[in-house]
Amino acid sequence: MSICYAFVIGGLLCAAAQVLIDRTNLTPARILVLYTVLGVFLGAVGLYRPLFDLAGCGVSVPILGFGGTVATGVSEAVNGAENGFSAFLGVFISPLSAAAGGIGASLIFAFVISLLFRSKPKRMTSRRNS
Amino acid sequence: MFSKEKYKKLVTETAEKSPLFRDCFFAFTVGGGICAAGEGFRLWLLSVGTEEKSAGFCVTLSLILLSALLTGIGVYDRIAKVAGAGTLVPVTGFANAVVPPALDTKSEGLLVGTETKIFSVCGPVILYSTLAGGLYGLILFAVKMLGGTL
Repeated sequence: MSICYAFVIGGLLCAAAQVLIDRTNLTPARILVLYTVLGVFLGAVGLYRPLFDLAGCGVSVPILGFGGTVATGVSEAVNGAENGFSAFLGVFISPLSAAAGGIGASLIFAFVISLLFRSKPKRMTSRRNS
Repeated sequence: MFSKEKYKKLVTETAEKSPLFRDCFFAFTVGGGICAAGEGFRLWLLSVGTEEKSAGFCVTLSLILLSALLTGIGVYDRIAKVAGAGTLVPVTGFANAVVPPALDTKSEGLLVGTETKIFSVCGPVILYSTLAGGLYGLILFAVKMLGGTL
């Protein structure tokens, strides 16, 4: 069942981004940033978890999930800290450490891929040149 | 000299109009398909006893690896041309944003080329998620200090 919800909610998130690309002059990079910050916001107001329970990867696979993971990690680190001092340190450590998996994987794979392959000539009609 | 307004007008007049409905349809089906496939994989991982956090990360990891490979062999961009935001918004789009700058700048040498440019698109995402997360953390911290919980 959650596969259906994942398809619909994930699809809607992508379609909404497509409307933004076609109808405003937001570049793909800005949309990625917008969705990430939206994910942190959803996590902060407590909506990310219920959405995740409903649609699973439908919200965690879109870049929204990156923000949601950050918010969850921050909340765990700060609220779960034993004392005020480590909670304060957690403010600085947890945003990046929560996102470390995705960033680490992307960087490592990107580096390996860049060693293995050559850049392809760009076609003029490419829509993702921004 | 072109004024900003004149340039904007020129761009809107000459730019190819993309059919919104068709674009959204492909974005919806491809993006939804990636999410549904990820969810299917996650459910299978959970069913064989993987814990929830690891299962979620395994999905992310496989999708990133897959899209990095497809970007390397030049297939991802061909899909992205049709699917638009459908391949941008899922985490595959994040990996797809990291690989091309790494490939393009390979010729400039590893240290000043690849290692600098690898962050050119994903940098803002990392920065803003860290800023937003840090802000949220500060709010939580302030609430905690005042004796409450959120």
